Amino acid sequence: MALLETHGLTAFYRDFQALFGVDVTLDAGETLAIVGANGAGKSTLMRSISGVLINSARQILFEGRPIGALAAPQVMALGIAMVPEGRKLFPSLSVEENLLIGRYGRTTRGPWSLETVYRLFPILKERRNNPGTALSGGQQQMVAIGRALMSNPRVLLCDELSLGLAPVVIRDIYAAFPAIRESGASIVVVEQDIGQAMKIADRLYCMMEGRVTLSGRPSELNRGAIHAAYFGADS
Amino acid sequence: MNWADTILQGILLGGLYALFAAGLSLVFGIMRLVNLAHGDLIVLAAYLILVLVDTLHLNPFVALVIAMPIMFGIGWLLQTYVLNRTLGPDILPPLLVTFGLSVVLQNGLLQAYSADNRRIPSGYLDTASISIGSLHVGVMPLLTFVSAVAVILILNRLLYATELGRAFRATSDDAVTAGLMGIQPHRTFAIATGIAMTIVAVSALYLGTRSNFDPTIGPARLIYAFEAVIMGGLGSLWGTLIGGIILGMAQTIGGAINPEWQILAGHIAFVLVLLFRPRGFFPRAVD
Repeated sequence: MALLETHGLTAFYRDFQALFGVDVTLDAGETLAIVGANGAGKSTLMRSISGVLINSARQILFEGRPIGALAAPQVMALGIAMVPEGRKLFPSLSVEENLLIGRYGRTTRGPWSLETVYRLFPILKERRNNPGTALSGGQQQMVAIGRALMSNPRVLLCDELSLGLAPVVIRDIYAAFPAIRESGASIVVVEQDIGQAMKIADRLYCMMEGRVTLSGRPSELNRGAIHAAYFGADS
Repeated sequence: MNWADTILQGILLGGLYALFAAGLSLVFGIMRLVNLAHGDLIVLAAYLILVLVDTLHLNPFVALVIAMPIMFGIGWLLQTYVLNRTLGPDILPPLLVTFGLSVVLQNGLLQAYSADNRRIPSGYLDTASISIGSLHVGVMPLLTFVSAVAVILILNRLLYATELGRAFRATSDDAVTAGLMGIQPHRTFAIATGIAMTIVAVSALYLGTRSNFDPTIGPARLIYAFEAVIMGGLGSLWGTLIGGIILGMAQTIGGAINPEWQILAGHIAFVLVLLFRPRGFFPRAVD
């Protein structure tokens, strides 16, 4: 049984339909990448899974259990943590407090604590008393990832990690992923950068206009097919 | 006029206004909700303490200990079943609902306890005073001020050194992202209003023991609370204490010059502060 799956997932913003029957499966220990252009529905998919958007219950299953209709705090309690698009650090909390808030109300033990997050991103320890928003974009992204890890999630959802960051910074951030995988978390990464996605993912889904247009292992997909699925045009 | 004495009395009176304001400030800071019924809730708590003192013949401070959890419960219920439903992008519904609540509370209290002036008897403490040199300080005003400082110390500790306080501040920053952290904003708000109502109970004790009250005096207490919060700077609890002290000093100095000027002098001080420091003395940097 898949750890997390969506079945014909549909999502709406009032009258606007953003997802038209999306099927995605994530197996335990796997890293998925979801690629697509702006407006393809990637972030809507993340927001649906994490409970920011409420869907019909059976459209999202976690270990076979319907979670589509659960709100974000309940989804979080099951062990699905999200790194939201745009990082969304809390401006009135310090770096360390931003990390601590990630394990709010949780008692489950796991590999991630302040100590191990600081080991993963040593720069954060130096800056732990700064306000979260006083950091550079890359460092803020590290805080956002660390904050999600603090809950010791079984599934880590990462929405647009590379948004607005320099390529060298993006490389630093993705350098942390092997350690996160080793800790046992399954990962879903939303990326606009196909090259980066193919490097880290076990499997890749390509989305366009609210539908999955292509999926498979990076080694089985060729660039031409991805381009077609990404832009909807033969290139 | 004895200046030192007048200023000292003003500072101590400021403690009472800071107590009125602390709960208002907490609720506004966390959920951007302006509770127009705050003053009437203080009066409600004063009647609650009065009833406990009258019927069970309790010491007012013992009655306060009983009233605090009751007020917490009232705040929790109020937030969960009424105020949470008014929160949203539009700021008007919470204003209208708390304004309505204010009217309901005043008339409900009038119905139940009539328009008579009441006072919570505090026995020998009513007149007890201690002397410092040539100055005489009432024990109740002193206790009021000490309580205000203690409440603000505890609130600051709660906000900046506990998991609950982090959740309060995170929810205030961004409720959607707070939800992703497992925080339930509406539940957090209910706890915050409950805490604000326990502070309301503390301020009600001092309101009721130091002066007469009747069901209609709530809105004026709300104005004093507002003035203290705004003069201190939104979001800063120590600022609220400073704001309360400025208001208290202006009132006592005005009153010492001419008793008719007491209330007016407070409002004039408020307008002057707004003129020269529109954001108050200690505005929060992030807003």
